[in-house]
Amino acid sequence: MALEHADVQRAAHLARLGLNDDEAAGYVDDLGRILEMVDMLQALDTGGVAPLAHPLDATQRLRADEVTESDQRDEFQRCAPAVENGLYLVPRVVE
Amino acid sequence: MHDKTLAELARALDAGEFSSRELTQHLLGRIDRLDGGLNSFISVTFDQALAAADEADTARAKGHAGPLTGLPLALKDIFCTRGVKTSCGSKMLDSFVSPYDATVVEKLSAAGMVSLGKTNMDEFAMGSSNENSFYGPVKNPWDLTAVPGGSSGGSAAAVAAGLVPAAMGTDTGGSIRQPAAFCGITGLKPTYGRVSRYGIIAYASSLDQAGPMARTAEDCALLLGAIAGHDLRDSTSVARGVPDYSTELAAPLNGLKIGLPSEYFGDGLDPAVEKATREAIAVFESLGASVREVSLPHTHYAIPAYYVIAPAEASSNLSRYDGVRFGHRCDNPADLIDLYKRSRAEGFGDEVKRRILIGTHTLSEGFFDAYYKKAQQVRRLIRQDFLDAFEEVDVLMGPTSPTPAFDLGANKDPVSMYLQDIYTIAVNLAGIPGISVPAGFVGSRPVGLQILGSHFTEARLLNVAHQFQQATDWHRRRPAFAEENV
Repeated sequence: MALEHADVQRAAHLARLGLNDDEAAGYVDDLGRILEMVDMLQALDTGGVAPLAHPLDATQRLRADEVTESDQRDEFQRCAPAVENGLYLVPRVVE
Repeated sequence: MHDKTLAELARALDAGEFSSRELTQHLLGRIDRLDGGLNSFISVTFDQALAAADEADTARAKGHAGPLTGLPLALKDIFCTRGVKTSCGSKMLDSFVSPYDATVVEKLSAAGMVSLGKTNMDEFAMGSSNENSFYGPVKNPWDLTAVPGGSSGGSAAAVAAGLVPAAMGTDTGGSIRQPAAFCGITGLKPTYGRVSRYGIIAYASSLDQAGPMARTAEDCALLLGAIAGHDLRDSTSVARGVPDYSTELAAPLNGLKIGLPSEYFGDGLDPAVEKATREAIAVFESLGASVREVSLPHTHYAIPAYYVIAPAEASSNLSRYDGVRFGHRCDNPADLIDLYKRSRAEGFGDEVKRRILIGTHTLSEGFFDAYYKKAQQVRRLIRQDFLDAFEEVDVLMGPTSPTPAFDLGANKDPVSMYLQDIYTIAVNLAGIPGISVPAGFVGSRPVGLQILGSHFTEARLLNVAHQFQQATDWHRRRPAFAEENV
């Protein structure tokens, strides 16, 4: 499946990755070659094969719904770029 | 002191030949004098290291020393380390000081080990050469014009150069085993789930696994024993007892059945690497093992399947870097979308962006079945190849990498770089353990022998590797770079 400039821009937007047109053009070729390599999978018959999500075929363990962690908000917010009164600051979203 | 293995250092500390503080100071001095030529460390934690060494010496004086107390090591900069910059090789996390310890870090500290610092790596563990680091490439101590391998390239180079006797790495597609091979050291990727991933910055969560890198299999056994085990904070870690990995090391190899996957000795394998590999395998025959050819028929689908699954998981894992909660934030964002887009564009390097884009594309509407579901089906076939082979043989052996370390700057094209990982990537897809041991040289550059076993057979792999190291001295060779006159 070939990849076009618009596909790169679409993926970049979905991934919230800022790319200008020149940068996107630079990725068209690279990503195209990666997908060409990946397309080799299509030659393999996988009819009736169940997808493998976990190498040990294990399921997620469950635990009781209990509080196990203490409140460390101040410490965890110390590495944030902008915080005020325990809240993360971002550009205004609602006028 | 810097030539000794962990086991030898432990005996010397016990015998009072030197203290942990003296050992730590000696190695910190070597890092200070030599690492300018390698760039293997991103952060050296002088003060914390000396404080931990003093604590270990005090514990020893009180008779409270365990087998790892006071022994130094380094941590790949992917392990969250409380109060220490944890960059993952990325500009995105250049200012990130972790508020907590990874489980692996917690366990190593509890065992009394002394961390000297955080080692260089490919950004977010994406790479096979350590050339994708925001902090610049690492050089291979055996040949400063060669790469050390990746993504745990700093860990491998630091051990090879005698800056530290051991280091922790992570392996998603070969990132412990390939740099271990390129730098002439021993590196073990455990079974998926054997070691907790809590606090290890995530790349591809169904493939990532942490493991030890050291001079010998004996040292890797000591370290694996310290880090393995179930962790309530990682739901994919396996609730299964941890054996004493050191007790089986001495078992003889009489009757060991070795399989050689024919696909691992085919086109693209450097003849000099093949020669060294086959000579290493002959050593096992002289130790009483038998050798037969086996087939892993889906081998050539492993790289394509990996480059769907790993980028897909990465694109999801790396969505957390939003410029809001931690990590790089752009200046003067116009609005929230601009904040996300520019913070991520500025914070991530080229290879990381490439994989985020591939992952986002293959997971997007209309492509999911053709790529992601297909790759997961192929993943099951790849795992089945190994399970079938282990019905016939105890371990598989082959080269860790098709070539010795390549030149810095040699692989400009991403796809040709990806193809270097042909012998290591399937192992992560199958979730089985693998170890790379030094097995010779091509010119000045080391060659690694890879030994693979079925799930949870780490003790056997370490035994097989240890017996090889009793019969050979490749693991005792040191690069000229490690020598200095002080």
